[in-house]
Amino acid sequence: MFPPVPNPTTQPVPPKFGDKDLIRRSASTVTPPAQRQTEVAKLIDVSKCIGCKACQSACIEWNDTHPEIGINTGVYDNPHDLTPDMFTLMRFTEWENPETNNLEWLIRKDGCMHCEDPGCLKACPAPGAIVQYSNGIVDFIHENCIGCGYCIKGCPFNIPRISQVTHTAYKCTLCSDRIAVGQGPACAKACPTQAIVFGTKDEMKEHAAGRITDLKSRGFANAGLYDPPGVGGTHVMYVLHHADKPEIYAGLPNNPRISPIVEAWKGVTKYAGLAVIGFAAAAGFMHYLVAGPNRVSEEDEENAEKLTGEEPRQ
Amino acid sequence: MTNSWTDIRNTDLVVIMGGNAAEAHPCGFKWVTEAKANRGAKLIVVDPRFTRSASVADFYAPIRQGSDIAFLLGVMNHCITNDKVQWDYVKAFTNAAFIVKDGFEYKDGLFTGYDETKRDYDKSTWNYAIGDDGYAVVDDTLTNPRCVWNLLKAHISIYTPEMVERICGTPKEKFLKVAEMISECSTPTKTMTSMYALGWTQHSKGSQNIRSMAMLQLILGNIGVRGGGMNALRGHSNIQGLTDVGLMSNLLPGYMTLPNEKEVDFDTYMSTRGFKPLRPNQMSYWQNYRKFFVSFLKSMWGPAATPENHFAYDWLPKLDVPGYDVLRAFELMNQGKMTGYICQGFNPLLAAPNRTKLTASLSKLKFLVTMDPLDTETSRFWENHGEFNDVDSSQIQTEVYQLPSTCFAEDEGSLTNSGRWLQWHWPGGTAPGEAKTDNWIMAQIYTRLRDLYRKEGGAFPDPIVNLDWSYADPGEPTAEELAKELNGKALAPVMDPTDPTKVVVEAGKLVPSFAALRDDGSTTSGCWIYSGCFNENGNNMARRDTSDPDETGAYLKWAFSWPVNRRILYNRASADLNGKAWDPSRKLIEWDGQKWSGYDVPDIAPTAKPQDVGPFIMNAEGVSRLFVVGMMRDGPFPSHYEPFESPVTNLIAPRIRGNPVARVFKGDFAQFAEPASQEFPYAATSYRLTEHFHYWTKHVWVNAVLQPEFFVEISEELAKEKGIVKGGWVRVWSKRGSIKAKAVVTKRIKPLICDGKPVHVVGIPLHWGFTGAAKKGFGPNSLTPFVGDANIETPEYKAFLVNIEPIAGPVA
Repeated sequence: MFPPVPNPTTQPVPPKFGDKDLIRRSASTVTPPAQRQTEVAKLIDVSKCIGCKACQSACIEWNDTHPEIGINTGVYDNPHDLTPDMFTLMRFTEWENPETNNLEWLIRKDGCMHCEDPGCLKACPAPGAIVQYSNGIVDFIHENCIGCGYCIKGCPFNIPRISQVTHTAYKCTLCSDRIAVGQGPACAKACPTQAIVFGTKDEMKEHAAGRITDLKSRGFANAGLYDPPGVGGTHVMYVLHHADKPEIYAGLPNNPRISPIVEAWKGVTKYAGLAVIGFAAAAGFMHYLVAGPNRVSEEDEENAEKLTGEEPRQ
Repeated sequence: MTNSWTDIRNTDLVVIMGGNAAEAHPCGFKWVTEAKANRGAKLIVVDPRFTRSASVADFYAPIRQGSDIAFLLGVMNHCITNDKVQWDYVKAFTNAAFIVKDGFEYKDGLFTGYDETKRDYDKSTWNYAIGDDGYAVVDDTLTNPRCVWNLLKAHISIYTPEMVERICGTPKEKFLKVAEMISECSTPTKTMTSMYALGWTQHSKGSQNIRSMAMLQLILGNIGVRGGGMNALRGHSNIQGLTDVGLMSNLLPGYMTLPNEKEVDFDTYMSTRGFKPLRPNQMSYWQNYRKFFVSFLKSMWGPAATPENHFAYDWLPKLDVPGYDVLRAFELMNQGKMTGYICQGFNPLLAAPNRTKLTASLSKLKFLVTMDPLDTETSRFWENHGEFNDVDSSQIQTEVYQLPSTCFAEDEGSLTNSGRWLQWHWPGGTAPGEAKTDNWIMAQIYTRLRDLYRKEGGAFPDPIVNLDWSYADPGEPTAEELAKELNGKALAPVMDPTDPTKVVVEAGKLVPSFAALRDDGSTTSGCWIYSGCFNENGNNMARRDTSDPDETGAYLKWAFSWPVNRRILYNRASADLNGKAWDPSRKLIEWDGQKWSGYDVPDIAPTAKPQDVGPFIMNAEGVSRLFVVGMMRDGPFPSHYEPFESPVTNLIAPRIRGNPVARVFKGDFAQFAEPASQEFPYAATSYRLTEHFHYWTKHVWVNAVLQPEFFVEISEELAKEKGIVKGGWVRVWSKRGSIKAKAVVTKRIKPLICDGKPVHVVGIPLHWGFTGAAKKGFGPNSLTPFVGDANIETPEYKAFLVNIEPIAGPVA
């Protein structure tokens, strides 16, 4: 058993990291701290996962989100995709192994990978809406988010989701609020089989190595760790029985990379773009002078009510 | 469980069959992942569906539901044929050598003594030959053709791999792979654990399903050892506690039995509970029955239970039938013979079979009282919910009282887990609204009834008005008071039987364990097996010390495990005939020449010499039973019977339908589909999903999000044949009802080829109803048949016949 994160003290704990530990901040420059914190990671051992969805449940409870009660579409995945209210999702794949002719039911917990080289952050035009701490956690700062959706384009894993209510982007925070006070992520805490464990990135790699040895002894010759170099490695990693074919796990990218468009945006295009933005701002100001400020009509208000209003609960 | 959850980490092979531990017991399943990760243990799953347990298994084999006995006897046959038997264990610790009486025989699917009209056996030949010395005759050489071993070998010889494939639909090579993996555990240094649950119990031969595996485990020498055992995973967190304290209609606490109406007095009752040893030197621990029974009567009626009135024996109810199980209760309701029903923590409208019959039965009641933390369907059975509960409320006269109760997280008490651990819990929150504890509700009903009996008399007031109710607040006994009452206390000084001058327990003190109980009325104990849970050392159930010397998995200082804090039952069998551990790396208790000691509380008298006294101390034989005398209604050996509704006829006994001694009420037989029915061609089964717990969590928003809507599961092949699409709507119907559901079309269910003919499986999960947060749905019990296990009447939810067709969905 990997030693679980001990239960927290009931005394107040000063945060273990904060703004002083930022190594990246969207659309801004930061001075990295002199000393980088030990990198943390969450390891998801797909071969130990029983698909119970306790992680999803814990995620909803901790983040106090309110996903809607949906329908069955003929599969076990519920909700059917990540949403602004569901930051993690068990994705179920029925795969017939052509080598053994045996069915394998691959269950992968999907969610933010907390890339070392985060495409979302690079794509984000809003200053400080996405930050990366020196321990590796990539976090969204909602009050800075403008809801443009560029983070989705920038993400090689298709993770962030824009809320139609708050018009800001949401994803797994790696429970940065819990980790800041010495706890592990809620999903890891809830996982009954230790398919999700949390620690330093080095510890996780070491633990994964032991798991991979075990899987190889059970005939999974290609068992391995998913820590894709294309994004500089990730702070959420998978142990896969078939690490040579990550795509069979509900489309886990084989070689994820930040989209060239995003990379280009960060290069020369950025300055051209800034000029366009400057022009647009100027045009907007002209519009304000000529047409006056935007007004919220009653219809707008009603639509907003509809979007925010929740179904009464039983 | 013979062992504990934590002990599963000591195993080499986990067999999940008749259950789905990963899905229905995800937290306990952690010990399987521990065994796999730490010991390189292997996991086998045998199930009609490729379940979430199968998704993490090393090997999966499909099986047709209701054919487990054929499979298990096939494995046993494979082990015996290939000499994969732990011989020393079998010879010393089982009744393999016992000679069976002449006249006993098995032929054409039936044992000697069958009476078709009574659907019962005359069991007089199902017994041992008794010698002149009064003991059972044995042949230690196992050469006598009438010894249990040779009768067993002959009995199971028909279950060849080919026959298993024909009956079960398990491809021969997959069966053989399972049989080989299991047979490797016949060495003293390899053990297998059996994890089973309702997938074995919910059949008309459920008890024999379990017996088959228990016999296999004995042949492999896997009972009483670390990492072995028969491990029943209970379907509720406290269902172990329910049976322990005797909440079955025919039981008293601690697995004592309620008298039947022929047992008119105390002496007659005790005459069949002598438990005289069948072999020399054996403990036959039930010889102490009288002590436990009298102490129980004293805890019930206190000072009113005296030696003169035989400790109030006459005040116990006497059964006129074998038991008032759930099926009989609803049958009597339906006949108008049971007119009131108090339903405590139970949702039978959804949980009992044949919902049409349930609705009719509840509608005939004069009153129904429900005690539940949730707004159950049963308490709303009279309310029209469109097609989900299509009743005419104006035609139902039943008066319904809903008493809101606290849930486990809102009150104090103990829960007994599958591993027999009594774990104390404290309230984690305050109950909402007018909710009251079950203790309060029951006490209020009782004290009011007692006052009425006192005032008005009545037909038989004695048992009610004399009940010992000496609690600090008679209106609400506390959990601690009840726990102490279960533990028992001394009413007078209890003396040492070997030294009459020595006081073992002072008068007024709690007894340390059931060893201090007496049959003269000087002690009380509400449930003898729980004795020790709350004694003068305090509340042992509240202990939370995680120390575990040498990491054996015993955790002796965590909570309390009945009996006497023992973690592994029959643990004397972990050592050989000389008292040395079979597997030195998995030592449990050993004999040091003077006494037994080790990591667990020895399951034998501490000074009982290993060569003299057998490990199965509860049995009069002193050994375990491969052939069972008297106790099973349907045979001393298990035998393959088809479910009452089966897609095929019984291959080995074509004339026999279902279990030949299972009780079927008049009228219910007509509601069964014929074997191999054309009208209902598909083999259905019902089960739980991990996202939900029974009918509770559909009331919880988060769980409803994770699995929102009722569905059924079918194979791609059946979907293609019937034109059913993934996520489309289907209608499923049996001879008793019809339901609508979404279709999950999956590779995880495959048609099984049984005797050359494809059998399609339809899987029906059970969590939906018409109250709660999740989408309204039906569940399987509108369809299931009204018949139970021949021995204990657990309904046959796991195997029945249906038909299926695609339908247009409801108009949104």
